[in-house]
Amino acid sequence: MENTLRKVFIGKVDEMPLRLGKTIVIDDKEIAVFKLANGDIRAIQNRCPHKGGVLAEGMVSGEHVFCPMHDWKISIVDGQVQAPDEGCVETYKVEVDQNNVYINLAN
Amino acid sequence: MGKQKLILIGNGMAGVRAIEEILKLLPDQFDITVFGKEPYPNYNRIQLSKVLQGDTEISDITINEWEWYEENNIRLYPGETVTTINKKEKFVETDKGRKEEYDYLIIATGSNPFMIPLPGVDKEGVTAFRDIKDCEKMIEYSNKYKRAAVIGGGLLGLEAARGLLNLGMEVDVIHISDYLMERQLDKAAGKLLQKELEAQGMKFLLEKETVEITGKNRVTGLKFKDGGKIPADLVVMAVGIKPNVQLAADNGIEVNRGIVVNDYMETSEANIFAVGECAEHDQMVYGLVAPLYEQGQALAKRICGMNHQGYKGSVLSTQLKVSGVDVFSTGQINETNVTKSIKVFDEWRGTYKKILVEDEKITGAVLFGDTQEGNRLLSLIKQKANIEEYLESESSEDSGESLVASMSDEELICGCNGVTKGTIVEAINAKGLSTVDEVKGATNASRSCGTCKSLVSDLLEHTLGDAFEADQKESICTCTELSRDEVIAEIKEKGLTHTREVMHVLEWKTEEGCSKCKPALNYYLGMVNPTEYEDEKESRFVNERMHANIQNNGTYSVVPRMYGGVTNSDDLRKIADVADKYEVGMIKLTGGQRIDLLGVKKEDLPSVWKDLDMPSGHAYAKSVRTVKTCVGANFCRFGTQDSVGMGIQIEKKFEGLNTPHKVKMGVSACPRNCAEGGVKDVGVIGLDGTWEIHVGGNGGTELRQAELLTKVKTEEEVLEYIGAYLQYYRENAKYLERTSAWVERVGIAHVQEVVEDQFLRNELNERLDEALSVYKEPWNETNNDETVLKDLFEKVHATAISK
Repeated sequence: MENTLRKVFIGKVDEMPLRLGKTIVIDDKEIAVFKLANGDIRAIQNRCPHKGGVLAEGMVSGEHVFCPMHDWKISIVDGQVQAPDEGCVETYKVEVDQNNVYINLAN
Repeated sequence: MGKQKLILIGNGMAGVRAIEEILKLLPDQFDITVFGKEPYPNYNRIQLSKVLQGDTEISDITINEWEWYEENNIRLYPGETVTTINKKEKFVETDKGRKEEYDYLIIATGSNPFMIPLPGVDKEGVTAFRDIKDCEKMIEYSNKYKRAAVIGGGLLGLEAARGLLNLGMEVDVIHISDYLMERQLDKAAGKLLQKELEAQGMKFLLEKETVEITGKNRVTGLKFKDGGKIPADLVVMAVGIKPNVQLAADNGIEVNRGIVVNDYMETSEANIFAVGECAEHDQMVYGLVAPLYEQGQALAKRICGMNHQGYKGSVLSTQLKVSGVDVFSTGQINETNVTKSIKVFDEWRGTYKKILVEDEKITGAVLFGDTQEGNRLLSLIKQKANIEEYLESESSEDSGESLVASMSDEELICGCNGVTKGTIVEAINAKGLSTVDEVKGATNASRSCGTCKSLVSDLLEHTLGDAFEADQKESICTCTELSRDEVIAEIKEKGLTHTREVMHVLEWKTEEGCSKCKPALNYYLGMVNPTEYEDEKESRFVNERMHANIQNNGTYSVVPRMYGGVTNSDDLRKIADVADKYEVGMIKLTGGQRIDLLGVKKEDLPSVWKDLDMPSGHAYAKSVRTVKTCVGANFCRFGTQDSVGMGIQIEKKFEGLNTPHKVKMGVSACPRNCAEGGVKDVGVIGLDGTWEIHVGGNGGTELRQAELLTKVKTEEEVLEYIGAYLQYYRENAKYLERTSAWVERVGIAHVQEVVEDQFLRNELNERLDEALSVYKEPWNETNNDETVLKDLFEKVHATAISK
């Protein structure tokens, strides 16, 4: 089966809060979108693999977010949970065009 | 891609543990089905002896409740046995005719109790001691009958016997060897154990071989090889277990004593694994729980396709779970012609210790009566340590009893995260850990409620011996070597103004810090420079950024301010309306006499606050929380002062003050102390003409009684002394250090000295007033700031537009 991508507009670059997460809902998916200190915008599943904590509300440090529930440290870039915990969250492709931010979702 | 199908045969501790490990690694990868012979969810089999001994209930030993299976989308078929494995077409069939396909199969069929095939073994009243059913049968028999015979004087037999004694039965233990627990103990220790258990009321028939179980339908007694016999109404057969390999053997999987597995728990057949008591690794079959965890990890990593060094076998230790008897053994038990032994036998105290040494290495130990050293010896054996190392540490040890020493490896140190002593000790040894923080980082122990920190510290001391330094310089977190005091000194000296600057100038090891140092620095910067510092929302923990308490499902709770715990009909009406309008999940009274609205959605928070039109109760903040009050002199017939009025004044004055940790207060109007000031950070007690101020109490994780700071005459003085005390705490405590820990650390006498000094007291109050001067009510402020509303509280609903 061929994979198709859906491109979803989620907001403007300059309206994204710096070093904070934002909750984006697309259909039944919750996505946490972060604008990192270096200006990169990244998107991951808004659900910690531990107990389902909302990652958009986590504390952001560099390229990592700390889950607000039990402080799991998760990479915003590749979705990997950092030691000593284990697991990963889904990551989503972000596309920036001028001032517009899109997420590419696989169908 | 569809999920891969994973089937577990055997719903016991080993198999389910392996599933847990897999879920940790790849929560959504597998479609999991579990078949279990017993009609229960996974329970802690080792605790059965405690159930029998009456220390706990069957319902308390469940490890995974039914809901756990549901939450993880695991199909559980309890009371259903797998009868066939079709390796070629990769499916299993059950006794109920069900057929399920698999990609991966885990066999965790455990062991069966070994029943000696004696004549009469099938009579009513003969049981093994292996599962809940056996346990219930024994309890049932103890209600009807008097005499029990336990065949087998090993670990299991003795635990069963002790249980039956507790159930009021007379118990004979029949054992074939000439002393008890001969596989774990030497003769000297075995004899001591026998004496102790005889004193508890057990009877022993040693060197007896049972040849027949007598009786018609129901058992009435035992007959021995030497011609002797005894009467018995219940016979418990506890002579050992044998791995349950039938299913594997029947289906062409390689079996020796157990199902043969490699370091990754893989059997001879592709995609079929075995774990736990049914598995044989490196010619060893383990009948204890400890190896299961390591085996489960190795298996999980393999199935999830991740690197792992594999399972390398376990060094075992044994502890008998019989109250009042301390027995420990590990490694080699009996002397050979190449071992040397160290023996200490104290007949008076009834203690015995034997350590076996081979080529200068400790190879085994047996302890009786005093087992404190057990775990240390175990870790020395695991480390292959030299005997001299042990002897040196022994001679320098003080006689202080350590709780952690007497705990077994399987016992939990950290209840929140399920970290056992064994795991911690192993991490300390394997990774060379030396601080509580490092242990936390490596194992998760003490990460949640922190109550176990002192245990972890003891354990470090216990494991490292002399190498442990209790009085370590505590750095803020692992991003820096600097301590709290050093960082604050640098902030002041260099005039640092925001967290990133601190991290940059003071050469943090990480670029943007971590969840520990960010909020700490944010607090310290604000404390040092209250009027200039701009609070960083991104350096605040979620609750303080959102001004509400996050709950386990991502909703929030809202607690409006009610000064002194006093409310009125208008506020209550408003609260009721808000609860209806926003469909609040639960309305609850808090421990601090406030009303909590739980289950509010993030995006609803601002309008909930607007509708309430009440100030924030700061129930979420590291700040002054609530002042709990008793009814006081206006209504109470015992009240001597207006505690409500005093409480309201205190709350209004210190409302919203940022502190290193939360500050809870109470004001009572007489020594009955109904506002429970004895366990508050500040507890005020009104007496006739006097107010007492108590400080440093805590009713939470570390229970601590507040100590008297001072006695004063007027309400103004109460505010003045509390002000000085709080400011001194703000300026001197570590971030996240409660007043209880802080007062304990610096001593109440020192705090008294400071606040009793008029000059210092005035200065402290001046700085406090400066800090209070910048306070803005957060709910109202948020509602007036469009950017904050959009940045933090908005949930964007996006839809696809193209492609």
